[in-house]
Amino acid sequence: MAKFRDKDVFATSGNNYKLLPFSFRRLSDKKVVLVNFVGDSYLCDSLTLSQLHSGDLEYNSTEYIHLRSLHFLIDDETKIALELLGIKYRTRLSRIAEMTTLHIFVVTLRCEHSCPYCQVSRQSDNKVTYDMNHKTANEAIDFALQGPSKFMKFEFQGGESLLNFPMIKYIVETSLPKAAKANKVLSFVIATNLAILTDEIIEFCRKYKIQISTSLDGPRELHNSNRPRPGKDSHQRTVQGIKKLREELGVDNVSALMTTTDKSLSMPKAIVDEYIDNGLDGIFLRPLSPYGFAIKTKRYDLYNEEKWFNFYVEGMEYILDLNKAGLNFAEYYSATILKKILTYSDPGYVDLRSPAGIGIAGIVYNYDGKIFASDEGRMLYEMGNDTFHIGDLGKSTYKEVMTGDKLLDPIEESFSASAPSCNTCAYQLYCGADPVYHMATAGDFVGRKAESAFCYRNIQTIDYLMKKLSHQEDGKILRSWVT
Amino acid sequence: MLKLRGKSDSYRLSTIGRKIYKISSNEKIPEVLKRGTALLDLNATKSGNGFSLQIISNTENISGIDTDFITIPEGMEYVSDGDIISINELGHFWVIFRKRSNYNTFLLTERCNHYCLMCSQPPKDVNDDWLLDQAMQAVEKISKDTQRMGFSGGEPTLYGDQLLELVKKCKSYLPYTMIDILTNGRMFSDPSYTNKLKSVDHAQCMICIPLYSHVPEIHNYVVQSENSFDETVRGILNLKAINQPVEIRIVIHQQTIGTLLETCNYIAKNLMFVDHVALMGLEITGFTRANLDKLWIDPYDYTAILDQCVKVLNDAKVVTSIYNLPLCLVGEEARHNYKKSISDWKNEYLLECEGCTKKSECGGFFSSSIKFKHSKNIKPFS
Repeated sequence: MAKFRDKDVFATSGNNYKLLPFSFRRLSDKKVVLVNFVGDSYLCDSLTLSQLHSGDLEYNSTEYIHLRSLHFLIDDETKIALELLGIKYRTRLSRIAEMTTLHIFVVTLRCEHSCPYCQVSRQSDNKVTYDMNHKTANEAIDFALQGPSKFMKFEFQGGESLLNFPMIKYIVETSLPKAAKANKVLSFVIATNLAILTDEIIEFCRKYKIQISTSLDGPRELHNSNRPRPGKDSHQRTVQGIKKLREELGVDNVSALMTTTDKSLSMPKAIVDEYIDNGLDGIFLRPLSPYGFAIKTKRYDLYNEEKWFNFYVEGMEYILDLNKAGLNFAEYYSATILKKILTYSDPGYVDLRSPAGIGIAGIVYNYDGKIFASDEGRMLYEMGNDTFHIGDLGKSTYKEVMTGDKLLDPIEESFSASAPSCNTCAYQLYCGADPVYHMATAGDFVGRKAESAFCYRNIQTIDYLMKKLSHQEDGKILRSWVT
Repeated sequence: MLKLRGKSDSYRLSTIGRKIYKISSNEKIPEVLKRGTALLDLNATKSGNGFSLQIISNTENISGIDTDFITIPEGMEYVSDGDIISINELGHFWVIFRKRSNYNTFLLTERCNHYCLMCSQPPKDVNDDWLLDQAMQAVEKISKDTQRMGFSGGEPTLYGDQLLELVKKCKSYLPYTMIDILTNGRMFSDPSYTNKLKSVDHAQCMICIPLYSHVPEIHNYVVQSENSFDETVRGILNLKAINQPVEIRIVIHQQTIGTLLETCNYIAKNLMFVDHVALMGLEITGFTRANLDKLWIDPYDYTAILDQCVKVLNDAKVVTSIYNLPLCLVGEEARHNYKKSISDWKNEYLLECEGCTKKSECGGFFSSSIKFKHSKNIKPFS
């Protein structure tokens, strides 16, 4: 029997290592997080970073072994990282090839609510001129089905979408056979405040497996103050609607979104409780967007991002406590970012993608036949800025719209791998490019990140999540939101 | 332990060298099928005319037999229809395939370019090409409804293209049989070799590759070969690039336990597209016995780590199994992934297992573990 060789024989590479591309960010005086160019992260002491950088990191130290297996360095022992990084980078970007999966149909701009923060500039509900007609609907369906995606989601938006329920019905029943012919699979979502929900509508949703997305801002007083309607009963109608839909369609087919206003900021716990009380599994602690009536009525100026972040943290701490007490309840904005931190698959959230998801992930067909690159692009248009009006149904061809400069320029210019400040940011892959937001706030597709509330919010949030992930119990809860 | 080879006391053979036969107890099979078939006729009451061989239990009634015959070695009377045996002119008798078992493995060679600390089949540098020839012949005789079987070594890929011929033959003769090939995977780091496997296009062929640690130095030490880690991982990547099923195998012992959790994390992050991960207890045989002080760890001591490993892989949706451990040493999470894996011919139980209520779900122990070393923390379920 030949002699077995000792361990040392197989550990000979010495200190001859080479760095692979990575960025870093200081989380505190002592702690720094390193992120490589496919998004693998490593939390370490500042000292480790300077040793790593100067070539002095001790071969086979714990840090060395971690950083090598996480693909921050290669040495004479192993260079397989180069191949694995290539695979992971392709995985990160693979969703781009799926192209546009979200198609938003604005079936009416009418609404029976009169929310001061309304982001889509609703019209009072008797002006039928703000409804989508059959011709436009047909053109939108045909346009959507020209896209290459096999799986498409059609989302009905308003105004209050159910005010034009006949058109929703028409679009669903017209598009399904056409999609089948084109070998595509459609799913449908109706965004509605549920105030005018009827049994006929519920029956229709059941028949076509349509999901419902509604708005719930929090406890009754807050919700009704944010969302005024005749009768001052928005909260009651929404809550009753959610309950009914959960029973009739199943709990997984109803979701709710909240909008944060200045009045919300002091009561994150009460808002979370309201969601739990309605049987929901999670909440999206959403910032207010700088569009529509939100700006006209100065709502957007009433608080700044810092206040939102404090609100988010207070909400998160409460949610983490609830999880520790045994309740499974998630915060969806965090969950989206965590998926980007912890995996290589894109969660498919249109606002946190680079290249930006405008047009190529989601697209909007307005009631009047205008095509917008995103829902926020439509909101910007209603404010008088037509930057993201990328075509017109019936006039523009699919090719003209999808390969036109009007869509491609903002995508190219805002691409975070080349946008100033983003290109060196450690969190680049966890964040996204949002050319619409920056157009609305800074007047161009990129903006100055130091002044960008989008940038501030995401960096703060990711810092917070990075610290939480390193905490054993919190980290375990956060990881459970991703799987 | 089931006896897979023996020596016959009495035989009359007109052939020279190893010959393989399929077993049938039916004397009425068509004449054309009798050639290459051994008639199983322990009482020597049937007519062996036309058969290549007759298997009997003793020589009391041989007066009527005019074909070749062999008496069955003691302890091997379990052979039955559809099994395949191999015998030579000295009366050596091997059972190389048992139809009723899901654990049939063909050893293809004892040559290897690794020299693993815990090798259960210590490599020998000899020309044993006949093993491959025998497997090639056996494939033609194996029943088409066989669910699974395996090929191991040594390192089967040392045969190069000849191994691919065997895979091709399996695809042709046994299209529904899942085959496992145990290899160190390094040969597949050569894209031209992997591409040849691609052109064989056998989706039922799982390539099972050990990856002992995410730390190259540790993996290379365990397999006693420089540069193995990169070539092995590259082999896995190349195989998945052609969509070939791949299993990663990790034997758990003193040298691998320290990095096991990180290795599972590494798999979950970098190789999550593999089809199966097997985390395996140690078999106390071959080199393991020589290196026992460097390898042995009581599975009881890594129950918690194994649970965490399984959670990491389950969360990443990597299909994972626990092999070769007694059920009572496996934790809550890992229990869902537990498989009764020890081959039926070499598994046994301890005396204290007699009263265990979960014995039927438990794979028990390797016969070698019972003989040489096993956990001191066996706790029968009650």
